[in-house]
Amino acid sequence: MINERRLWRATPGFGVAGKLLRINWAYALLICALAGVGYTALYSVAGGSPYPYAEPQTLRFGFGFLMMIALAMTPLRVLSKLAWPAYAVSIVLLVLVLRMGHVGKGAERWLIIGGTQVQPSEFAKIALALALAAYFQHISWERMRNPLWLVPPALLTLLPVALVLKEPNLGTAVIIGAVGATIFLGAGMRWWMIALLAAPVPMLLRIAYAHLHDYQRQRITTFLHPESDPRGAGYNIIQSKIALGSGGMWGQGYLHGTQGQLNFLPEKQTDFIFTTIAEEWGLVGGLTVMGLLLALVLGGMTMAILARSPFGRLLALGISMNFFLYCLVNLSMVMGAIPVGGVPLPLVSWGGSAMLMVMLGFGLLMSVFVHRHDEMLPKKHRD
Amino acid sequence: MVGRLFDRAPMDARELRSKGRAVFTRRAVLLMMVQTGALGALGARLYRLQVEQGQHFSDLAEANRVSTRMLAPPRGLITDRFGEVLAGNRINWRALLLPEETTDLAATLDRFSLLIPLEPHERARIERDAAHKRKFIPVMLREFLSWEEMAKIEVNAPDLPGIVVDVGTTRLYPHGPTFAHVIGYVGPPNDRELADDPILALPGARVGRSAYEAAEDDALRGHPGTVQVEVNAVGRMLRELDREEGTPGATMATTIDAGLQTALMDQLEGTAASTVVMDVRNGEVLAMVSHPSFEPSLFDSGVSQTQWKAWMDDPQTPLLNKAAAGVYPPGSTFKPAVAMAALQAGTLKPGDRIDCRGYIDIGNVRFHCWAKHGHGSLDLHGGIKFSCDVFFFEVARRTGMDVIARYGGDLGLGVRPDIELTHVREGVIPTAAWAHRRGHHLSEGDIVNAGIGQGFVQATPLQLALYTARLASGRQLDAHLTRAQNGQPDPRAAHDSAPPLAFDPAWLDSVRSGMWAVINERYGTAPKARLPLPGVTMAGKTGSAQVRRVSRWAREHGHFNSAELPWQYRPHALFICYAPYEAPRYALSVVIEHGNAGADVAAPLARDIMMQVLERDPGNRSQAWKPQPDPALVVASAQSAPSGVGGPSGTPAAPQPQTESDTEFSSIFEGNGLGSGAAVDNGAEGPDQ
Repeated sequence: MINERRLWRATPGFGVAGKLLRINWAYALLICALAGVGYTALYSVAGGSPYPYAEPQTLRFGFGFLMMIALAMTPLRVLSKLAWPAYAVSIVLLVLVLRMGHVGKGAERWLIIGGTQVQPSEFAKIALALALAAYFQHISWERMRNPLWLVPPALLTLLPVALVLKEPNLGTAVIIGAVGATIFLGAGMRWWMIALLAAPVPMLLRIAYAHLHDYQRQRITTFLHPESDPRGAGYNIIQSKIALGSGGMWGQGYLHGTQGQLNFLPEKQTDFIFTTIAEEWGLVGGLTVMGLLLALVLGGMTMAILARSPFGRLLALGISMNFFLYCLVNLSMVMGAIPVGGVPLPLVSWGGSAMLMVMLGFGLLMSVFVHRHDEMLPKKHRD
Repeated sequence: MVGRLFDRAPMDARELRSKGRAVFTRRAVLLMMVQTGALGALGARLYRLQVEQGQHFSDLAEANRVSTRMLAPPRGLITDRFGEVLAGNRINWRALLLPEETTDLAATLDRFSLLIPLEPHERARIERDAAHKRKFIPVMLREFLSWEEMAKIEVNAPDLPGIVVDVGTTRLYPHGPTFAHVIGYVGPPNDRELADDPILALPGARVGRSAYEAAEDDALRGHPGTVQVEVNAVGRMLRELDREEGTPGATMATTIDAGLQTALMDQLEGTAASTVVMDVRNGEVLAMVSHPSFEPSLFDSGVSQTQWKAWMDDPQTPLLNKAAAGVYPPGSTFKPAVAMAALQAGTLKPGDRIDCRGYIDIGNVRFHCWAKHGHGSLDLHGGIKFSCDVFFFEVARRTGMDVIARYGGDLGLGVRPDIELTHVREGVIPTAAWAHRRGHHLSEGDIVNAGIGQGFVQATPLQLALYTARLASGRQLDAHLTRAQNGQPDPRAAHDSAPPLAFDPAWLDSVRSGMWAVINERYGTAPKARLPLPGVTMAGKTGSAQVRRVSRWAREHGHFNSAELPWQYRPHALFICYAPYEAPRYALSVVIEHGNAGADVAAPLARDIMMQVLERDPGNRSQAWKPQPDPALVVASAQSAPSGVGGPSGTPAAPQPQTESDTEFSSIFEGNGLGSGAAVDNGAEGPDQ
C-alpha cells in the first residue's frame, strides 16, 4: 500500500517555489506555442511587419501570462470565496454595458474602464463557471436527484444569458448557456432531467428565430445560401472558403497567401485569422493549429478529472468547455459550417480583452491543477 | 434537507463524494470524446475544403472573381464666352494591361510586342507601373491605337491574358497655339499627385499642368465612377454586375472671346509681344495673347528632345505666357500711377507746376528727360501728355516709394492678380523694405528712376491692363477668366458691381484727362493711337522700357538711336489704353519686346487692337461676332439706324440689343469723320523714354 504521506513528502511543498514547480509547465508551453502561432499569423496579416498587430499582442500575452501564474498559485478556497463577488461584478457590468456601453458592428458591446475596452460578456462566462462550481460543490450526488436544487443555478445561468441576449450577442449567449449546461452535467444532473429539458428545444429555437435581429437572421440565410449575395453578406464566407481552398495541402507559403495579403479577406486579423494560417501553411498548418487547440482542451478536461474537490473539477470543466466552444465556433464559422458570429480564435486572434479573459481562465485552470489534491472538505470532515 | 425526503438509499458523505467524482469522470471522458469528435469533424471539413475541393476553390480564387474597376470621368470642357470649345476631349483607343489577370507578365508582354513592338523604355515603364500600382488598376500599354493594331490585339486575345483594348479620351485643343498660354495644357500625373488622388492612377488620367487647365483642375477633373464586373481566368469580362457612373468634370465657360483672341494672335504675328484686353465694367479678360506660342497637345503625347530644345533656345520665349508671367519695366505707362499716388497723398496739387530744363540733378548724378532741351513749366496734364520725365522724377522724389507702392497696389501694380492662371507674377514697386529684403539700399536715384517706371519697377501686361481698367472705371476690379461653370454664371460677371477705389474722383478725372491728351491733343506723345472713329476717343499712355543703360557719351553726342541696336538690346515698347474715353468699356495693354519706342510701334498696334475690340464688342454680345458679308448693305442700314454713338458729344451707346449694336459700329466705320491722319502731327514725336 502506498504511503500517501511519503508520497506528499516526495512532491514539492506548498510555498511559493513549491507551487511554481507544481504548475503544469507542459500545458503552459502549449499555451505559449499557440500564442506563437498567433504572433506569426499577425505578422503575416500586417504584410510582414510586427506592427500594428503582432508586437502589441505579444505584450498583452506577456501580461496575461504573468496573471495566469499569479492565479495558479491562488488557493482554491480563496477562489471559491471570490466566486460570488465575481459573479455579482459580472452582472453589474452586463447591466452597465446595456445602459452605457459602446456598440460595434451590430454586437460585441464593450465598456471602457481605465482606458481599456472590457467586454463584460467575456468575463461573465468565467464568473458563471466560478459561481456554478461554488454552488454545486455543496450539492451531493444524492441531492442532484431533486430538481429543486437545480433551480437556483438555473437562474444563475439564465440571468447573464438573458442580459447578453439583450445586448444583443447571440453567439456569446449560446456559449454562456452551453458552459452552464456543461457544469450541470458534470455536477451530476440526471440524464432523465436532461432528456426532459432537451425535448422542447426545437420549438424554443423556432421562437428564438422569430425574435432574432435582422442582421442575425441575415447571417443564417446567407450561411445557407452564400452564393445568393456574392458581394454582400455572403462575401465573408465565400472569400474565406476561397482562401482556404487556395491554400491546398502545403499552403501558398508564409507571407504569400494571395487572398489574405490582397485584402480579399475581411477581419483577417481577428475572426478570420485561421483562414490566413490555413492559406499560407495549407492543410498541414491548419491541422497543426487545430491539434494544439485540441491538446489544450483535452489537457484542461484531464485537469478537471484529476481534481479531487468538486469545486476544482467543475471550475476546470467550465473553463475548458468555454475554451473549446470558442475554438469550435470560430473554426466552424471560418470553414462555413455555422453562421458568422464574431467569435475570435482564442490566443491567436488580435484583441486585448479576449486575450486577457482567456489567460484568466487558464490561470483558474492552473490553480485547479496546482491544488488538485485539495479536497476542500469542510473543517469538521477533515482527517 | 428537502432532498433527504426523496432519498431512497442514503449513502454516507464519503460514498457520495466518490460517487459524484466517478460520475464526473465518466461524463468528462464522454465530453472529451465529443470534443475530439467535433474538432475531428472540423479537421475533416478542412481537409475537404483544402484538398478535395481545393482545386475548385483555388480556381474560384483565380478565375471567377468579382473585380472592381474605376471609370475615369471625362475631363470638363473649356469654352470661350460664346460656347466655342477651346479644350475638349477626343476618343483614344488604347491597350491596357490588368495586372491581376496576368499570370506571367513577362511572357504576356513578349507576345504583345510581337504584335505591336514595344520600345525598351516603354516596357520598363509598363513593368514599373505593374509593380507599383494597385492590382485592380490597369496599366497603359499603348495609346492612340490604329484600327489595324486594335484588330491584331483582339484577334490574338486568347494569347494575351490580362490585355484589353479600351476606349478612353485624350485632350483636344482645336485652336492649337492660339489659346495655349491662357488655357494651358494637361499632362500625366506625377508621383506626388498620384499619392494624393488614387484615381489619377487610372490609365490616361491627365492633370492640368499649366494656366487655366491647372488653376481649375479640381472642377475640370470630376469624380470617378466604378463598375463591378465578373471576369474569367484571362481577364475577359463575363458580365457587368453593378455600375456607378462618375460625375464628369465641369464645363467651364471662360471670359475669352475666341474670335478676338484669334484676330489678335494674327495681329501680333512676327513679334515677341503680348496683349491683354479687359472689360472695364466687370474685369473679364476678353483676350490674353502671348506671341509666339506653342502647340499645347504636344505636352500630352510627349515633347521630343529637339522640339524642347528649340523652344528653350528661342529668344522669343514661346513657352512663357508673357501676358501674366512676363515682367517688364513699365516705363512711362507707370506715370499715371505715380500721378494718382501723388494726388491722393497730397504731394502734388492739380495746379502745381514743375519746370523741366531737360535734366534734374539728384546728388551728383544728372537724370535726363527724353526731351533734350526740356519741356519748360508743366502741370500734371502736361506732364502726362508730354510724358515728361523730369516732372515725374520730381513727383516721385516728393511722394516717396512707400506711398507710390501703396496706391499702386490699389491699382493692381506690385500685387499678384488673383486670376485663374498658374505662374502669375506679381511685379515690383520697390520700397525701402523691399530693397532691404534683397540686401539693397534704395537710393534717391532709384526712387526718381522708379518715378518713370524704370529701374526696379516691374509689371506684367496683365497688371498693366488691370491697372488701366481700374483707372478707367474707378472700381476695384479683379481680372478673371471664368464666366460660367456648368452654365452657372460667375458672380463677378455683373457690371459695375465692384466696390469703388479709394481715390478721389476728381484726381481720377485729372489723370484720365492727361491720358486722353496723350492721344487726342496736339503735341501729345501718341497721336498714332487716335481712333479713326467719329466721336469715339481713346485715352492711353505710351511707354518704352530700356533694357540697357544709355551711355552719357552716346546721349550727349546724339548717337543714341535704339533702332540701330541689336534686337535683344532694344527697349520694350508698351502702350496702355481704354476706350471709349467718355464711358469706358474696354481696357487693354500691349507690350512688344524690344519693339523700340512705345509711341511708334505699340500705340498704332494698340489702336488697331482697340478697333477690333470695339468692332466685335464682345462684352455686349451673346453670340460670336461674324464679319459683315456685304458692306453696301451695311451702309444702307446704317443710314436708317440712329447714330447715338457717332454724335459730337461722343457719348457711347448704352448696352443695346445685339442686332442693333452690329449696325451701330458698322456705321462708325462707314462714317468719315476724323480721318486717321488728319490731326496727327508727327513733329512732336521723339524717343519716348
